[in-house]
Amino acid sequence: MRNTLSILVANEPGELSRIVGLFSARGYNIETISVGKTLEEGWSRCTIVTEGDDAVIDQILKQCIRLARVREAKSVTSLPHIEREMALIDVSARTPDNRSEIKNLVDIFRAKIVDITHDRLIIEASGNKEKVDRFIGLLEPFGMNEIVRTGYVAINTLGSAAARTMAGDSTS
Amino acid sequence: MTAFYDFRDMRDASTEILAPETVLPSEPENKQMRGAEILVRGLIRNGVDTIFGLPGGAVLHIYDELWRFRDEITHYLVRHEQGAVHAAEGYARATGKVGAAIVTSGPGATNAVTGIATAYMDSIPLVVITGQVPLPVIGTDAFQEVDTFGLTLPIVKHSYLVRDVRDLAAIIDEAFHIAATGKPGPVVIDVPKDITGIICDKPRKRFEPVLREDLFFPADEAILDMIADRLIEAERPIFYVGGGIVTSGAADELMKVVELLQAPVTPTLMGLGGFPTAHKLSLGMLGMHGTYAANMGVSEADLLVAVGVRFDDRVTGKLATFAPQAEIIHIDIDPSNIGKVKQPHISLVSDARSALERIAARLEARDAAELNAGKAKREPWWKKLKEWLDAVPFGCTYSATDINPQQVIEELHRLTNGNAIIVTDVGQHQMWAAQFYPFKRSRQWLTSGGLGTMGFGLPAAMGAQLACPDQTVVAVVGDGGFQMTNQEIITAIQYKIPMKVLIMNNGYLGMVRQWQEMFYDRAYSEVDLSVSPDFVKLAEAYGALGLRATTPGELTEVLQKGLAHDGVTIWDIVVTKEENVFPIIPAGQDTRNMILKSAE
Repeated sequence: MRNTLSILVANEPGELSRIVGLFSARGYNIETISVGKTLEEGWSRCTIVTEGDDAVIDQILKQCIRLARVREAKSVTSLPHIEREMALIDVSARTPDNRSEIKNLVDIFRAKIVDITHDRLIIEASGNKEKVDRFIGLLEPFGMNEIVRTGYVAINTLGSAAARTMAGDSTS
Repeated sequence: MTAFYDFRDMRDASTEILAPETVLPSEPENKQMRGAEILVRGLIRNGVDTIFGLPGGAVLHIYDELWRFRDEITHYLVRHEQGAVHAAEGYARATGKVGAAIVTSGPGATNAVTGIATAYMDSIPLVVITGQVPLPVIGTDAFQEVDTFGLTLPIVKHSYLVRDVRDLAAIIDEAFHIAATGKPGPVVIDVPKDITGIICDKPRKRFEPVLREDLFFPADEAILDMIADRLIEAERPIFYVGGGIVTSGAADELMKVVELLQAPVTPTLMGLGGFPTAHKLSLGMLGMHGTYAANMGVSEADLLVAVGVRFDDRVTGKLATFAPQAEIIHIDIDPSNIGKVKQPHISLVSDARSALERIAARLEARDAAELNAGKAKREPWWKKLKEWLDAVPFGCTYSATDINPQQVIEELHRLTNGNAIIVTDVGQHQMWAAQFYPFKRSRQWLTSGGLGTMGFGLPAAMGAQLACPDQTVVAVVGDGGFQMTNQEIITAIQYKIPMKVLIMNNGYLGMVRQWQEMFYDRAYSEVDLSVSPDFVKLAEAYGALGLRATTPGELTEVLQKGLAHDGVTIWDIVVTKEENVFPIIPAGQDTRNMILKSAE
């Protein structure tokens, strides 16, 4: 099962490699990873998308929280949440027809054309996994040259309770 | 540096942890010091009076300060860095204090890696200082450069690469705090050479431990009550106790709980000593080479109380058939151990001591009648356990011509009145020592359990002997493991550390040979060590007392003579070549497939 984890880690050299090392040492796969600063100085938010059933996710969170410089590790997926990814897509547009068809798709998906030559376009698209994947799927017939994706960031919705953290239940 | 905090003992929840005084009385606050002096003063401030190490280019400034501070901190010069870390581990395991070691960059650090991993697997508190090439040349493949931080990443509790001398004092204080609190473990501080030479005018920050709310789980009263109920109700309970008992100093609390309940106890290899082996409630060790009674007991139990353990594969065998009938209560300080391999029914994240203390208080508050009714309910269980204990006791056969290895341990036990600190490597000798030396107290049994490191015993015994000068410390090792770190004999000679080393010499890598005999049709592939040095002459070359026994008749006298020697003794005890460790549960199998004796 796909799961998005949100980990609050000190912004110090080497700390990210400790988290990544933990995933590989324990045999967990990282689908995407993205890291950025938070409101609190010195702390970064690391969003990791990984695969695993509840027991595996629980174990990953516990292993993460054990690290000295990790202050919080939770699964965002377990509660209502908003997830976004951005992709930069270099796609061929060899004919005027192709170009206008692509322009239509860009409008439907609320994407943006950010660069253009006589036979290629670079498109900026963002959204959840399904949206970005579908958009890319629809562009494929035109001829893809390169795709760069940011990996996911996610946040729990305002209505939801604080996401499940590993510090939760003591009975199981 | 970010302020950081760790788990801590639950009992300290209400008391504030005080940061070590950053300034010693002898340490003028505004004195300008170079990094090396800050480092050595930091060690002293954190209670280090003994450090094991070997100098090199990257740590020259530090060694210069160690020389200046030699009255306050004694450095023991090992002959190989692996020995330094094992010796520091031996010191830490024997005392519970944080062990300290210092090595240089590059090969110094890589040689230390085995020791660090050994400490990590067994949760031993260590601070290891590694030298590093100067900051400006890091990453240039400089002479003796290796990425120590990266290399040790998966085998440390925490690690640092010091980038600013103004952080050094706080890093050292924090390193000792992290190593010792919560589930202990090794901490590596990688110190570039230029950092140790720079003068620091003012530290940037003091280390101030703060409670990690997210890692702190106040024991839930309702769960403690639930556990107490289950304990009283259980008809076939077993306490499965591990290294957590030793680490948290929970032996008295454990004793209290099981005596109140009259419940049986089986320690793991790491838990040996945490409960006296000879006690009437003890079933002996659990697991692959544990007792028949303990393993059968766990198979039949209706309540498994797992305290300070992690359901290691050497204990569980085939996981699906481990404790199949039991409700499982798991108490451990490390939340990641809960449900890692076996999902418990009730769990409590706590150090063993405060959990057992609170459970004992609950049991004591109950009606005597209620407790007695519980005890009566367990009488049939004890009858069954006693049958198993009698059915397959640990036994040793005696021969007129060959010294039986189990007999060596029995005799060592008798001659040391059961009081010696026993340190081992890994393998057959380790299991025989575990089986045939009944331990009385915590920290009397020091062994490489998790990593299973050959060569651990001898240098670890050296560290333990330094920590416990009034005790008899015996490293029981095989002829294989002995040759991995025997260079440290000369360290023991140099510093007059009177440890004893008992080589169980069977001319084989014995445990591997046993598996080849049992599971590989006796194809003895590369286990023959019959070509070995003359260990007695080797001992003498080092200036130690070398003694050999080859027949049972010589054994007692040779052991006595060696124990009486006021210096380093090396015993070459030539034992039965192809003796096997029994019982054995073949790896990954059901406990009930235990093999009790040789097929012949």
